[in-house]
Amino acid sequence: MTTPHKADREVVIIGSGPAGLTAALYAARANLHPLLVEGLEAGGQLMMTTMVENWPGFRDGIMGPDLMGEMRAQAERFGTEILQGNVTSVDLKHRPFTIMLEGGRRITTTALIIATGASAKWLDIGADRKLSGRGVSTCATCDGYFFRGKPIAVVGGGDSAMEEAIYLTKFASKVTVVHRRDTLRASKIMQDKAFKNPKIEFIWDSEVIDVADLDKGEVTSIRLRNLNTGETSTLPVDGVFIAIGHTPNTSLFKGQIELDQTGYIVTNGGTRTNVPGVFAAGDVQDHIYRQAVTAAGSGCMAAIDAERYLESLPAPEIADAHPSATV
Amino acid sequence: MASENVKTFTDSNFEEETKQGVVLVDFWAEWCGPCRRIAPIVEQLASEYAGRATIGKMNVDENPNVPTSRFHVRGIPTLVVLKNGQHVDTIVGLVPKEDIVNAIERHL
Repeated sequence: MTTPHKADREVVIIGSGPAGLTAALYAARANLHPLLVEGLEAGGQLMMTTMVENWPGFRDGIMGPDLMGEMRAQAERFGTEILQGNVTSVDLKHRPFTIMLEGGRRITTTALIIATGASAKWLDIGADRKLSGRGVSTCATCDGYFFRGKPIAVVGGGDSAMEEAIYLTKFASKVTVVHRRDTLRASKIMQDKAFKNPKIEFIWDSEVIDVADLDKGEVTSIRLRNLNTGETSTLPVDGVFIAIGHTPNTSLFKGQIELDQTGYIVTNGGTRTNVPGVFAAGDVQDHIYRQAVTAAGSGCMAAIDAERYLESLPAPEIADAHPSATV
Repeated sequence: MASENVKTFTDSNFEEETKQGVVLVDFWAEWCGPCRRIAPIVEQLASEYAGRATIGKMNVDENPNVPTSRFHVRGIPTLVVLKNGQHVDTIVGLVPKEDIVNAIERHL
């Protein structure tokens, strides 16, 4: 018999990057039979990378997609059920919490771990999105290949912008970095690498105000404005790679849990959000460290926090835990 | 674990294999992480549309002509839909399965 208080699941995890999969691993090993909803960008940001050299335990590095494949298999081995697809809405105002999936499926859960991560930012000029996949990209490792022998621009001044610029010199005839300031935010080691690269040039104090050519459906040039003088200029390029940071994937939760001014989930005392029973891990709540290993660490914390939360509840609120539970 | 329903398109067979009916082509490469996310969806679609539409993949590394010259692919994953040999739809980047289904259904 189903009472309104009985949830389908004890723990549901949204997101499948290092935070989500580590939370799943720990929750599974704690016999919580977690259900993990993968999301559209399954595997998270590491799926967009090549060699990951700062994941401890791999002295020669490991390919991002391979690392995520291993993490997924490990989480499954201990009994995590993984659902492909996207969450379309959540209700965190009533208990148990409700998760709506693509295709109209509905799941209720006593505890929820949010690990939806962050996605690359766009320029907010409209034309860049319309020409996405037609010369504008936020993923050098995905799309660099198509610009062999062609001039391209990279927008941004941080580590990821330098990494993309350096990577793209393997293909492009010339890489022009466009940055809003006159100094880079990137780490010293990345700056040195970029400055030394003969294929990389810099345009300082400038922002991209337009990307052409929408009519042709391909990139032919970008329009720049110098922020000091107000002068505009045109730079002919075949491709534009945008690396101006990330924005947390929290639109599903707006108005239901506390977010900070930039949209990140606010956590207190570990991974707790302001809604008891809802925990957040990884880049969705971290704008400071944003590393795969810190995301994984906070995923582990979220699973432990969720386990303690479930233990603290009076018995009737906890779901019937049996391994064959289906949704 | 490529499904037997998923066709493999090449520069040499493309014209012949796409000239009839509704065809979905998934442009991909080994080094493309997001392509690995689309792959299982394309395989599901190949089974679901068996007999009604042709669903196949084309490796952009191995086929330098059709993807870039005919379809101007500048990023992957890119999916295109053809009807009787005519290019009728393009989907760029990662999208939910429903969006791909809609793009096929529109032309069936």
